[in-house]
Parts: sequence; structure tokens; C-alpha cells
Amino acid sequence: MRGTIPISVEQRARGISRWDALAILLTLGVLIFIAEASRHLLQPLAELRMAPISLAPENLPEYAARTTLRMLVALVLSLIFTFTYATFAAKSRRAEVLLVPLLDILQSVPILGFISVTVVFFMSLAPGRVLGAEFAAIFAIFTSQAWNMAFSFYQSLRTVPVELEEASRTFRLSPWMRFWRVEAPFAMPQLIWNMMVSMSGSWFFVVASEAISVGNTTVTLPGVGSYIALAIEQKNLVAVGWAIGAMLVVILLYDQLLFRPLVAWADRFRFEQQAGVFPPKSWVLDLLRRSRIVAVLTDAFGRLGKRTFQWSFLRIGSATTVSLPGVGSRWSDRLWTGFVVVLGALATWRIASFVLSDVSPHDAVEALVAGLATLCRVLVLIAIASVIWVPIGVIVGTRPRLTQFVQPVAQFLAAFPANVMFPVAVSAIVAFKLDPNIWLSPLMILGTQWYILFNVVAGASSIPSEMRDIGANLQVRGWLWWKTIALPAIFPFYVTGAITASGGSWNASIVAEVASWGDTKLQATGLGAYIAQATEAGDFSRIVLGIAVMSLYVVIINRVFWRPLYWYAERKFRLG
Amino acid sequence: MSDALLQLRACCQAFPKPDGKELLVLNDINFTLAEGEIVCLLGRSGSGKSTLLRLISGLARPTAGSVMYQGHAVTGPAPGIAMVFQTFALFPWLTVLENVQLGLEALGLPEAEIRKRALAGIDLIGLDGYESAYPRELSGGMRQRVGFARALVVNPNILLMDEPFSALDVLTAETLRTDFLDLWNEKKLPIKGIILVTHNIEEAVLMCDRILIFSRDPGHIVEEIKVDLPQPRSRLDPAFRDLVERSYVALTARPAAPSARAVPERPYGSGIVMVLPRVSANALAGLIEALAGAPYNGKADLPVIASALQMEVDDLFPVAETLQLMRFADLEGGDIKLTEEGKHFAGAGVDDRKKLFQRQLLANVPLAAHIKRVLQERANHTAPRSRFRAELEDHMAKEAAQQTLGAVIAWARFAEAFAYNARSETFSLDNPI
Repeated sequence: MRGTIPISVEQRARGISRWDALAILLTLGVLIFIAEASRHLLQPLAELRMAPISLAPENLPEYAARTTLRMLVALVLSLIFTFTYATFAAKSRRAEVLLVPLLDILQSVPILGFISVTVVFFMSLAPGRVLGAEFAAIFAIFTSQAWNMAFSFYQSLRTVPVELEEASRTFRLSPWMRFWRVEAPFAMPQLIWNMMVSMSGSWFFVVASEAISVGNTTVTLPGVGSYIALAIEQKNLVAVGWAIGAMLVVILLYDQLLFRPLVAWADRFRFEQQAGVFPPKSWVLDLLRRSRIVAVLTDAFGRLGKRTFQWSFLRIGSATTVSLPGVGSRWSDRLWTGFVVVLGALATWRIASFVLSDVSPHDAVEALVAGLATLCRVLVLIAIASVIWVPIGVIVGTRPRLTQFVQPVAQFLAAFPANVMFPVAVSAIVAFKLDPNIWLSPLMILGTQWYILFNVVAGASSIPSEMRDIGANLQVRGWLWWKTIALPAIFPFYVTGAITASGGSWNASIVAEVASWGDTKLQATGLGAYIAQATEAGDFSRIVLGIAVMSLYVVIINRVFWRPLYWYAERKFRLG
Repeated sequence: MSDALLQLRACCQAFPKPDGKELLVLNDINFTLAEGEIVCLLGRSGSGKSTLLRLISGLARPTAGSVMYQGHAVTGPAPGIAMVFQTFALFPWLTVLENVQLGLEALGLPEAEIRKRALAGIDLIGLDGYESAYPRELSGGMRQRVGFARALVVNPNILLMDEPFSALDVLTAETLRTDFLDLWNEKKLPIKGIILVTHNIEEAVLMCDRILIFSRDPGHIVEEIKVDLPQPRSRLDPAFRDLVERSYVALTARPAAPSARAVPERPYGSGIVMVLPRVSANALAGLIEALAGAPYNGKADLPVIASALQMEVDDLFPVAETLQLMRFADLEGGDIKLTEEGKHFAGAGVDDRKKLFQRQLLANVPLAAHIKRVLQERANHTAPRSRFRAELEDHMAKEAAQQTLGAVIAWARFAEAFAYNARSETFSLDNPI
């Protein structure tokens, strides 16, 4: 199964449109607003005293439970966001032109660098309480989960087959009923897949968001992340080992208890009309399906759900009239344009006053140059990872037995937060006296390279058997086989994986370019290090500048490199 | 005739074109559906009959004229008008029962009644025992039965059917048609009138009381044929064959031109902006060979050769018309007849065929001649695809331009008239390696 592409790849808008520009303005404007609002709120934070974290392994189950709970809460929030934001974007032509580029930009903002700012912001909402820090951590996790889920849902809503759409309209389903009967089910398999990817991705943020230092203040929430942070501070490798073990257990548990049943359940929502060859199975789902209590409960919920279809206030807006194209709604068009203009002006004003008062040209140049260094790292690392994993992925993917074994392992490795491995790497760099500018770099791709591997495996295993047979029949071997059969077939899959890996690596640079082990601190030159330093110093204007520059790089690379490459792959190599 | 169920007055439908003008797909459609009647809209693809069905169902609104149902203008999906879709349009995540219940739930009926009516519908249409099955577990015929049941349980006055049997194999389609007609004739269906869209002529004669023949560019009604035969009808009945023949003649009729022989008519527009159908050179050669051979010896009745080749109107006409365009054959009065060139082609070897095809292509397809001329005039003998696409898109929709260029490229390749490189999207005069 292949995930949705993590960036917007709409063909009609190549390059950067005015809506993209507006989205960039808005995102930056809001970031700056929050940063400015929070910069004076540092003080009350210092008075907070959190419960100290203990490295005793018996505390780990509790920490793991709290961490998982945060992730699940964030997942629920992401779902709510997905159902509203994406639905609105898909249903309203006006909202769409703004919301979709906005989502695209938001995906490119390295929220990891912004955690410090949001912590202060959320603490100010609930001063003197742990709640604020909890909010901030959950928000950080939310931002790592929500965008790609919303994106996949939006794309699903836009691709509901025309005949289903027409059928639901001729039978006069209300929008509420259409959403639950037609649109949500259609989007479900893709959405669940993206939830899994999101959950994996958010581990990375958990580790970074539970123990955060802003200036002189350190906030620690009880959880696996803080546990690891303390272990690093105390140079306790055994404790790091325990934490890794706890994570393995948690990942295995929610895979078995949550996602596997969900995937098996969502199989009925697949749109293909043929019965699946190997429908996904889950023992938990089988158990639930056999249970009488569960049956009674789901039945009751089902009835309740159906009852809502009869509520008259939810039936308003049923398509009783179809509007003629291009007629009417001039007024609301004007109102909408006015609203967008005001919004854009506000954001511009914010950014302008920020740039004029806080950013010196020297700072800007420094950030841009640091960005170039990180860009080089990302590109080189993706290239190296491709050279390593593409051949391996093809070899694995063309051998079904091997695929069955390797695919889940690769997905698991992608879920595993690479940042817990950092201390091990750092101690090695220190021990061998290596150059951090080079040897810290691989950490950036440690967690994201697996996306390349499992997408290539998926691509290689979907090469039609006739194609392989004809290759064997014509005795196509060696380089010719790679050039004419394997590489073209996996190319679209590879591009999807590489886009995900590249986006993740930018984000990871913030924690990978500066790494510490006890008192030892290693630092490479790069935008990630720039943001990390600014965070440590509590220098909000440089944090915002760093994030803005990074977003800019990511957006430009996506537009001028990945998006054209994606379309080239789709046009040329898509099978079937 | 009893009361009018549905009345269409001067309905037009147009879509905006890229150049800002409008593309007229339906022009001045007038007709009335009376109670107890099955009316068939027969025409080739692109004649706007499916668009018309969408106007009637309220899924779209006419740009001019009106659709009146029970004395009110249809401005959106109306209660009392239900539709059966060509591709069934079942929800794969709902069981048969849930699919059938969907329309009733949308009405906001109490649950007991929803269940009662859905089960009654399932029973009527012969789906008992399949209630808890999912659509993907059913065969095509069974799936379409679910489509029928779903439409019938809401007790519609008018049932719209959009090529409901065309996605089924011949045997299944026949069974389903017969079952449906039996229910209709025994007055077991709650519906008062039916509109059926099809491109299968025999199906139209078999099922309908009236056939409205559509022609295209823009879509309009060219003829109305009454079918007075009693039900059940037999395909072998001479009167039945007669009506099939009449329908073929009506479908092949050219729009009245002053001197039919002197000015060869061109289907679909004229000059280089003529929309060309995507017909492969092999299909053209195949039809020429079939016509040249026994028992036709150069001339055939269209319905006869269609059924002999197991082709439907939609498959046969584009091929036949392309032959006419290239002057390999003549089409008239439901007959197709090979020209001298056509007979010559049939007897020639591969190389001569290519030469002959090239000559006919460049002489009779203005776009091909135009491309060839441009390539010859240019110093490097190459031209980008975009140049011709832009030219075509000034006059036709994007998809039509795409299709037309595709057709010309395919024919030119067969004829070796000029070359096209898909990677660089350029035309050239050199022969591909």
C-alpha cells in the first residue's frame, strides 16, 4: 500500500501561485504573532516546579502510558481537524483556493523548532499549571499528525466517484448523511493508512516536546521523552536502552490493538469491486466481532447514528436546487475577496513590522547560508540512502517471501523515533574524534530513510507478473533488467518515498545538527543548528527567522524539484 | 394518451469553452412523457442523451428552456424521480439491504417502514437471500438488480435508466430486461413512466413505446419513431426488424444538405477543426476487409454487419464514418458501401495499403494535410504538438482536441505520413528509427 503524497501535487498550479503566496504570508504572520505574544510571558514559567523524572525502569510503564495518551489525544484532535478543515476545503470553492495552499505551507513548517514558542504560548493560557505544558506537547504532536491526514482526506473527498456522488444526490441524501454514508467511508482506508504514518511520525516529536528548554527555563512532563532527555543528561546508556525497549512495546501494542483492527475493519470500504485476494486480518477485530456485548453496543451506536439522519436540522441544505453555473453569489464573492484582502494585509503588516524591527540583514544572510548547508546535507543524504535502499528494496520486493518479512520491519523502523539513537551516535563521534559537520548528518536521515525502503518494496512487489515473465522469457538480465524493468516500475513509488524522507529530514535537522551527551555537545553548521541555538537562547526573532527560512527552502524544493519529478513519474512510469 | 408526467420545453444545455465561448451540447429539446409510457433516447455517444437525463433528474439545470414535472419546474433532484445507473453506482461498503434502504433513510421515514419497504423491494426484484451480501460479492446482473431495487423502493413516478444493461454481458442483460419488462407489463412496479437512454437499437425497439433519435453537434432530436408492437416482442418478427432498420436509417441520416452527392459531408464539423474519432487503423482495415469479403461483396446493411461483427452502434459508427471521411466507403440509408479506393485497399499488400492510406488521409483529412504542410514549410521539419493543440482548442473542447490529435497521430503513423515523438511532444517528417 502506498501512502498519499505528502505534498500538494495538483498539476494545474505549477510554481507558486498567488494563493500560495497568501498562504505563506498568513502562516508567517501567525507564527510571528504567537512569538511576539509569548516573548514577554517567559517569567511565570520560571516559577513552575514539575515533578522530577526518575530513571528507575519501574516508572517506565507509567511514563509510556502518559506519552501514548498524549499521542492518542492529539490523534483525536487531528481527526476532528481533518473532518472539518478538509471537508470545508473540498466543499467550498472559495475556501479551497486558500485552505489547500495553506495546508501545503503548514506541512513545510518545521514545528519542531517552534515547540519552544508554543510552550510559552500555551503556558500563558493556563498559568502556573501543568495543563499548559500538556497542551503545548499535545499541540506539537498534533502538528506532526494533522496535515497529512487532512491532505489525504481532502484528496479522497475530491475523488469520490462521480456515479456515487450522483446517486447520493438523486436519492436526495442530506449533506450530513452524505458525509457519513458516502464520503467518510470512501476516504477511510487512505485515512487510516495516513493515521498510521502520522502516529509513527509523531514519536519523533514526543521525544522532543516533553522536555523542552527555553532560555533558562526547562519544562519536563512525565513521559518517555523526558526520561530519555534525563538519561542523556546523566550519560546513562542503560536507561536509554530501557526507554527504547519501552517504546518497542508501546509501538507493538498499539499496532496490534488499534491499527491492525482498524485496517482489517476498513477493508470493507475499499472501492475496488473485486473481493480482496488476502483481506487483512486482525485477531483483536475477530475477538470484538464475536463478542455479544460489543455487538449490542455497536448496534446501539448505529441506531443512534441513523437517528441523526432523521433530525430535521441536519437535513437542511439537502440539494433541492442546483445552481446554474456562474449565476448569483456575486455579493458573497465580493465579501470573500474583501475578507482575504484584509487577512493578507494584516499578515503583511505583522511580517513587515517584525522584519523591520527585529531582523538585521546580517541575520537573514546567516540563516540563508545555514539553510544552504542543510540543503546540501539533505540532498546528499537522500542520494546516498537511495543508492543503498533502492537496490535492496527491489530485491526484497520481487521476492514475496522476503517482502512479507521485511515490509512490516521497515514500517516499524520508520515508526521508531530515530532521536533516541542520537546519544549512542554522539558518544561514538566523541570517542573516535570525528568531524561533527559530516558525522552528525546521517542522524537526519536515520529515521526517514525507511520511507524510501518500504515504498520501493511496495513498488517492486506490484510489478505485474507478466512483466517479470516476459523479462525472463527474453532473458533480460543484469543492468538491462534494472534499466528496463525494475527502475521504471518502482520510480513513482520511489518518488513518493523520497519526498516523505526529504521533508522529514529537514525537520530532523533541528535535533540532529546539535546533539549532546552529558556535558559534551556537538554542533554542525546548518539551519537546524541555527534554530536549535536560537531556541536555547530564547531568541524569538531568530527562531521565527530560522523557521521562515526553512519553510521557504522546503516549499521551493517541493515546487521546483519534487512536484515536477512526481508528475514526470506519474505520466511516464505509472503502470495501468 | 393520458396526462403528461414530464414536459421538456426548448431545453438547451451549453458548457463554457476555454476561449470564453459556449459549447452547445443540447439544442431545443421538446418532448412529453405520458403516463404508462416507456420513452427511449437513442443516439450515439456525444449526442447529449446522458446530459439530457441529468437535466431531467435535476442533477444539472438547462441553460435555457424548462423541465416541468407535475406542473413544477425541476430545479434540483426531485422526489418521485429515481435513477438507475450504467455502472450501478452501488456503495461497496453497504450491504444489499443497506444500499436499498439508502433512499428511504434519506426520506426520513421511521425505521420499521424503511425495513418493510426495502425487503418488499428486494423480494420484488428477485434478490431474496442476498440481503446481507456486499456488492463486491455479487455478479454484474445481481448488482444491477440492487440498482433497480434501490430506485424502485422510493416509489418514484418516473424511473430514469442510463444505459442500465450496457455494462452486462449479453445473456445477463437479456434476462434482466425480460424480468423488468414482465414486472412492468404486469403492473407490479410503482412507477408511472420510464425514460431509457441507450445506444443499443434492438434494446430500444424491444422495450419502448416511443424512440427519440438523437443526432449530435449539438445534440438534438432528429426523429421520433413509434413502436406499436404488443409486448412481449419477438426479435424475429418482421415488423420488429423493420423498426430496427428504420432506426438505423434515422441514425445514419445526414443533416439535410442541398446537394448530397456534390458536397461530401463531413461528420463532426469541418476543415481542420473537425473532431476526429479515435479509431485505430487496424479497425478501419478490418471493416474494409469484412465488407469486401463474402457475403457482402462491397455493400452491407448496417444492422446486419453490426450483428455479424458483434458490434454496437457506438462501436461501429465511428469506424464506418471514418471510412466515409477518407472516402473508402459511403454511408447512406442504413447501408455501407465500399468505394473504388476501398475495394483497392482490400486487395492490396501491406506497402500498397500504406501508400493508399496515406493518399486518402492527406486528401480527405484536412488536419493531417495541414500538419504535413506545416512540417514541410519549416526549415527543420519539426513542430511542437502545442502549436496544433492551441489551434484546435480555439474551436473545440480540450478533450476533443486531445482525441483529435491522438487520432491523426495514429493514422499518420500507420500511413507513414509524418512522425510524432511522444517524449518530446513534437511532430517531424523523419521516419522514426
